[in-house]
Amino acid sequence: MSVTTQDDESAITAAGNSVYVYEAPVRAWHWINALSIVTLAITGWFIASPLPSVSGEASENFLMGYIRFTHFVAGYVFAIGLLVRLYWAFVGNHHARQLFLLPVTDGNWWAGLLQEIRWYAFLEKYPKKYVGHNPLGHLFMYFAITLSGTFLIVTGFALYGEGAQEGHWSHWLFTSWVIPLFGQSQTVHTWHHLVAWGVVCFVIIHVYTAIREDIMSRQTMISAMIDGKRTFRE
Amino acid sequence: MSTETFYEVMRRQGISRRSFLKFCSLTAASLGLAPTMAPQIAHAMETKPRTPVIWLHGLECTCCSESFIRSAHPLAKDVVLSMLSLDYDDTLMAAAGHQAEAIIDEIKKKYKGNYILAVEGNPPLNEDGMFCIHGGRPFVEVLKETAADAKAIISWGACASWGCVQAAKPNPTRATPVHKVITDKPIIKVPGCPPIAEVMTAVVTYMLTFDRIPELDRQGRPKMFYGQRIHDKCYRRPHFDAGQFVEEWDDEAARKGYCLYKMGCKGPTTYNACSTVRWNGGVSFPIQSGHGCIGCSEEGFWDKGGFYNRVTDIKQFGVESNADKVGGTIAGIAGAAVVAHAAVSALTKARGGKEDQNKGGK
Repeated sequence: MSVTTQDDESAITAAGNSVYVYEAPVRAWHWINALSIVTLAITGWFIASPLPSVSGEASENFLMGYIRFTHFVAGYVFAIGLLVRLYWAFVGNHHARQLFLLPVTDGNWWAGLLQEIRWYAFLEKYPKKYVGHNPLGHLFMYFAITLSGTFLIVTGFALYGEGAQEGHWSHWLFTSWVIPLFGQSQTVHTWHHLVAWGVVCFVIIHVYTAIREDIMSRQTMISAMIDGKRTFRE
Repeated sequence: MSTETFYEVMRRQGISRRSFLKFCSLTAASLGLAPTMAPQIAHAMETKPRTPVIWLHGLECTCCSESFIRSAHPLAKDVVLSMLSLDYDDTLMAAAGHQAEAIIDEIKKKYKGNYILAVEGNPPLNEDGMFCIHGGRPFVEVLKETAADAKAIISWGACASWGCVQAAKPNPTRATPVHKVITDKPIIKVPGCPPIAEVMTAVVTYMLTFDRIPELDRQGRPKMFYGQRIHDKCYRRPHFDAGQFVEEWDDEAARKGYCLYKMGCKGPTTYNACSTVRWNGGVSFPIQSGHGCIGCSEEGFWDKGGFYNRVTDIKQFGVESNADKVGGTIAGIAGAAVVAHAAVSALTKARGGKEDQNKGGK
């Protein structure tokens, strides 16, 4: 599997002004994923810090139940989405593999990473052109989505399996070893929260940098996730 | 002394056959077994020689013993103490001093590899175990010696199972749970502070009658009592699902018996049988009396901050901190950083644009 890491000006010139980067399944995944993350964050917050009590008979209300149900559905969407996305890394174009591989042995990638950090620190006047993710974005994406996402799926389904109980696939696959690994369920909750906050930070920074790069860098960002084409300016 | 069967002992104690069979049925029920198992239990107790139990006390508070002797079914008073063949328990036995210690040696010799060791409390390892002395010697030595010839070990309570309050940070005596000291014997953890009396007697009864240890989960607890959370069988669960919570002690919701989730109830993360078996002969359990579960049968419950917080405190970030406060602060910083960065970016771009215009474009 090859991953485009460095600033590939030659590929861009060869392909003209516009390169097809994000195939339809990747784009669909991106927006479904965005929706599921927002849903998970909001419902997750209200699971830990529930809304004020509702009045009336318990049998007439199911507010907490619906909030938890929404969280679980969004969790399934997020998990299945990441699995489908992993599948697409194998069958899609080489850009689709970036999310799952960090080219840590590539010197050019590290140089690009440093250059990109300098660009964000206002030390570089012009950013480089990248067809896929720039090295900093690549690193960020890998930690925030691939690693954190996997962590949240594993701990999330481990907690889900506690309620689903023995006999349910999530209990067998996750709860049975995750809870003993952390010592107890409460600790799993704490880590699930902490990493989820990491993803919230990622969303804030991701949205900002996407808009910023769209305005300030030499390639399209937001429209690229809609029509899949990375268009280069000047 | 020839080894008597349980049944013989019970009859000798004046227990009628009718009461004996009733006990067998109750035990089968409390173990979650089919009614057809009751005759099997009766048969086992009629034919099997008693297995001796040595009950050692380490660093503990004796709440496990207090709980145990209050078992309602089977009744501890007459039945269990003789049934168990509790040959050594320095708190409950009549003998003391050298006389008592001699019994351990006798059982070790006579029933080598065939007795059960029940441990209440745990051994402190610091200063060569000098923080807990048993018969003039460090408890850890006695524990290791007695465990060496035991068939299996029962870890009573949170102390023996996880460490409990004496192992709380910074754990000056280095109180260590039994399974970290004895690694070559099957260990059954019966956590709780204390464990439920009926759970304790049922675990012992199961082991003695079926001659095997009950099915355990990955953390070594009997699945029949620790397979579900308090939350899964809580009678206040409908209020949880409805979204009806106690917000403050003694508010209207508390009087109505709403869910104690927001008051830091650890029912959703605690595996125990309190919400089914309950306490004191099924009279009540913490949630029923209006106080949340503190999670006393879970590992490390003593070091998880306040019992009244829903989201656990994490001390690394200050005394009053939890995952949501830490996360929220970081997210706030990220947001502020984004705004600041955006402002500088806009400024840079504006200035850069002007320069470019002056130069006639870049």
